[in-house]
Amino acid sequence: MRNEFIGALTAEAGVHGDVMLVVGDLGYSVVEQFAERHPTRFLNAGVAEQNMAGFAAGLAMAGLRPFIYSIANFPTLRCLEQIRNDIVYHRLPVTIVAVGGGLGYGGLGYSHHAVQDIACLRVLPGMLMLTPGDAVETVAVTSYLMRARRPAYLRLGKGGEPVVCGAPMVIGALGPRAVVPGGEDAVVACGNVLPLAVDAAHATGASAWSCPVWDASEECAASIRALIAQHRRVVVVEEHLVAGGFGSWVRECLEPTPELQSRVRCLALSADVCGTVAGAIALRTRGGVTLDAIVQLMR
Amino acid sequence: MTANASPPEVQHAVARVAFARAARVEVLRMVHRARASHVGGALSMIDILAALYGPGGRLHVDARQPEWPSRDRFILSKGHACTGLYAALALAGFFPVEALSTYACEGSPLMSHASHTVDGVELSTGSLGHGLPVGGGLAYGARILGESWKTVVLLSDGELDEGSNWEAILFAGHHRLDRLWAIIDANRIQSLGTVADVLDIEPLGDKFRAFGWSVREVDGHDVEALHASLDLAQPPVPGQPTVVIARTIKGRGVSFMEDRLAWHYQSPSDAQLAAALVELGADDA
Repeated sequence: MRNEFIGALTAEAGVHGDVMLVVGDLGYSVVEQFAERHPTRFLNAGVAEQNMAGFAAGLAMAGLRPFIYSIANFPTLRCLEQIRNDIVYHRLPVTIVAVGGGLGYGGLGYSHHAVQDIACLRVLPGMLMLTPGDAVETVAVTSYLMRARRPAYLRLGKGGEPVVCGAPMVIGALGPRAVVPGGEDAVVACGNVLPLAVDAAHATGASAWSCPVWDASEECAASIRALIAQHRRVVVVEEHLVAGGFGSWVRECLEPTPELQSRVRCLALSADVCGTVAGAIALRTRGGVTLDAIVQLMR
Repeated sequence: MTANASPPEVQHAVARVAFARAARVEVLRMVHRARASHVGGALSMIDILAALYGPGGRLHVDARQPEWPSRDRFILSKGHACTGLYAALALAGFFPVEALSTYACEGSPLMSHASHTVDGVELSTGSLGHGLPVGGGLAYGARILGESWKTVVLLSDGELDEGSNWEAILFAGHHRLDRLWAIIDANRIQSLGTVADVLDIEPLGDKFRAFGWSVREVDGHDVEALHASLDLAQPPVPGQPTVVIARTIKGRGVSFMEDRLAWHYQSPSDAQLAAALVELGADDA
């Protein structure tokens, strides 16, 4: 997803003169195309994420639309207070981009496992969450960002994820969108587990949904309730710890509709992944997020 | 020669001292009414604010248009001292002085830490170490957008314990952000002790110089010396950000508050307020 994002952002910056890319000394062999095409609007801020986040708030206050880019937890947890106080509280159009959301850097250890990021960022009032499921959705959410001048968090896979969405699309609204339509049951994926959800849909006859753009608004919660109301059973799946993630948000959306709550099961990582080193898929499996687990929950 | 017969700059200089005195009076009334803390750090920076916001002050702002695009940007990083900023903004005409009576009241925009919902306040602050990184972004943004306005960030000396400041200081020096000015309200006392005892930051000027900044040190209660040091029109050294280290006294202007740690927290009693107002020569003291 990261290459497609940088490609899309490079193109958008050719149209939108206020777009700026700020990296935290990461992005080797990925960000160069932006830097070469828009040299005055590219900056390596160094290994200093607190400054990078506050700096981006200042850029936005000056009238620019910065994207701050790093991997895993560095542009999020390290500078969470700058994101909370400087960017989101002031409703500034800064996008925080994390590459390797989830277990993309599985072999690099716990420091590089971004499995609490959604829990920390989705609770900031006004934050727009962008969790594309593949490279096609990544391009679409980048375009969506150009129309949404607000704080945003873009959670990307590390790269090489299967493409399941087919033709390029335009995302025009918050909330879930059908990737495999038609089933009585549904699998709803948050981010890079979308291919797993599509596999589960094909295996069980369920529909598969992605939720590439979402926030804590009532409008978005209503879209989740509408999705669940039209299905018999719904499995929500994500590459994030159980606590506080996308599934937790879905359950919160159902608070006003207790009759829908029993239809939903949430599948997320167990804390067994913490402190374990393995490839991304092996680690995801160890955390319990598997095709078999989804199928079991559909029964 | 009377003030009225003096050149405008002399009149302004006299008026800035009066501005500082009036701001101190308003600060004391606010913290007394609200039984609030942080009066010491508000009083220590008042003369700096008088040089910036007082008559003929150095900030290029328009109280009638707080969002004027070409204004200089001022960030109070030591947001706990917001009573000083609120008083200066009210006296400069950003909002009625009477509104200060709502300070820290339920529903008032005048929160007990600097709030951007108040006209003239650019950034909400309170957690320390946030102002300078944001100021660096403003200054960098102004540069690439071709804007001439300046960014001024006022920090405390104790606040320099925060590592985020040193990230920003390194960044601004490296990128030669000469539209950025930092002012250190060096009152030598932080929350639980003296700066020298908690985490000694001296020699502070040398530290900034080592990071590529132009350094000025000034008596932080000499309004005219501050005014002279804060001529934002041109950077003292082109290609370098500037820091003005203002040597100040916590609680300045009220004898029994000066240089005393307790006034980081304490709120004046009725009798203490009355005594302070007499010292300051308040009209209704």
